[in-house]
Amino acid sequence: MAETSPAAVSVTAQSTYAADWVAFRTIVMKEIRRFLRIWPQTLVPPAISMVLYFLIFGTFIGSRVGQMGGLDYMAFIVPGLIMMSVITNAYSNVASSFYSTKFQRSIETMLVAPIPNGVILAGFVAGGVARGLCVGAIVTIMAGFFVDFTIHSFTLTVGMILMTAILFSLGGFINAVFADKFDDISIIPAFVLTPLTYLGGVFYSLDLLPDFWRTISYFNPIVYMVSSFRYGIFGVSGDVPVYLSVAAIAVFVALFWTISLVLLNRGTGIRA
Amino acid sequence: MSTAALSIAGLKKVYAGGFTALKGIDLEVKEGDFFALLGPNGAGKSTTIGIICSLVRKTEGTVKIFGLDVDKDFAAAKRLIGVVPQEFNFSIFEKVGDIVETQAGFYGLSLRQGAENTEKYLKRLGLWDKRNAQARHLSGGMKRRLMIARALVHEPRLLILDEPTAGVDIEIRRSMWAFLEEMNKAGTTIILTTHYLEEAESLCRNIAIIDHGEIVENTSMRALLGQLTTETFVVELAEPIEVVPQVPGFTFRKVESHALELDLSRGQHLNAAFAALDSAGLKVMSLRNKSNRLEQLFVSLTASEGSAETLTHG
Repeated sequence: MAETSPAAVSVTAQSTYAADWVAFRTIVMKEIRRFLRIWPQTLVPPAISMVLYFLIFGTFIGSRVGQMGGLDYMAFIVPGLIMMSVITNAYSNVASSFYSTKFQRSIETMLVAPIPNGVILAGFVAGGVARGLCVGAIVTIMAGFFVDFTIHSFTLTVGMILMTAILFSLGGFINAVFADKFDDISIIPAFVLTPLTYLGGVFYSLDLLPDFWRTISYFNPIVYMVSSFRYGIFGVSGDVPVYLSVAAIAVFVALFWTISLVLLNRGTGIRA
Repeated sequence: MSTAALSIAGLKKVYAGGFTALKGIDLEVKEGDFFALLGPNGAGKSTTIGIICSLVRKTEGTVKIFGLDVDKDFAAAKRLIGVVPQEFNFSIFEKVGDIVETQAGFYGLSLRQGAENTEKYLKRLGLWDKRNAQARHLSGGMKRRLMIARALVHEPRLLILDEPTAGVDIEIRRSMWAFLEEMNKAGTTIILTTHYLEEAESLCRNIAIIDHGEIVENTSMRALLGQLTTETFVVELAEPIEVVPQVPGFTFRKVESHALELDLSRGQHLNAAFAALDSAGLKVMSLRNKSNRLEQLFVSLTASEGSAETLTHG
């Protein structure tokens, strides 16, 4: 058997941290280029639908609703609608991008390269977070035309939106790993995400619900995100304690990250 | 000190359904070689390449690239390999330049180095003018060249090409051969799988033939072709013939009014055959091999046992 060449040894001696950082940045830039390239599909629809929400629920109906959770109804729905856009866009960006990468087999170009699986995962998640934040910023600007607001806690507001975007990007990733056809990446958003979001306290305070439904609602993770995000913006106590929300989301992020990484390491859906 | 660009030992792959694609193969490719890995469809070529490139999980065995174990020295080993897969695997909506530069980023090249190498290889493969075009607007041949440029952007020492010339016209195929020969002369070790056996015969110095998950032949191209005991030639004649000439020591068969087939055993000379035809009053206009020599051997080696009549081993 032949022996190791000296050249090979020098290659092993190279630090891989710098290379990993470049690979991460490359994946993120590729993801951002993708959603910017198809901006009529990714950035415009959420802006239009949120303007309609503000008009119909906020202006037309909201004027008759009055106060909700200690806020004007229009102000009450703003944090939930921002959060809703971030959740759906972060999720669908990673789900559709990673599934397309699998479908076109361009995932192979990452698998043959010296990129650790954690870097691949972080790259896709960062791409989802970027789209979530981008759409969230658009919706926030739109909201500014309907209601005046200042941010009560910048750290909490940004922290909640980031953690939520990370969590749902990971959710989109897991969905895409198991997806065998394009339909499979729309089932979860249609049958799980949308109901949870609409029932997650975006449009109403849990105080309005009968005890039974209020108790059921506490099992909906989106309630915690919306409520804490609303607290971060307006400083008005919400339906659930903030510390509990932050801790719960952090635990879920850790859990989803671990699941995603295990799936990538096993090569589920991508390696024979 | 000799160096192996690729060392495979005891490589076995059993797929989830229980199908054994590789039955514990050993293979070594020397640094600087131009190596052909041939085999019929489903023989295990793509599985072998998939394992080398980390696209397929092996069941048993070791793979080393320039002495680096692909499991233990994951990153360093992968940096030494460039792979051109059989099927197009890029996003057709991305720009040609972006596809290549992105790959440079995957290998950790700085933005500047990535841009320089992208320009270098797109120019060398005649795609620089297309750098801002979406990949979907490229012809089939251009897409193949794009995959080669992408595989080279991090300047690997071992280039693996899985049927790189499938579906491209002869002119582009020949220009790709010239490019690959140039790369090989410059020091890049090349492993090639192809169904065009003429391609393997003209480019490769060493060869392995894989069949049913086992290496059935692993030798130099010259030695392999030397195993042929009989070659069949087609002789084009100036005039139509009625009667097939009976010449002691030679077997002629009439295939068309103006053409004969001639089986020439090792040790026999074409001069003697020509002399025999001349004495029979037949004028030869041209002569060609009936089939590619490697093709004859390939068919024999990968056919069912007992049919390898044209080969002598040992």
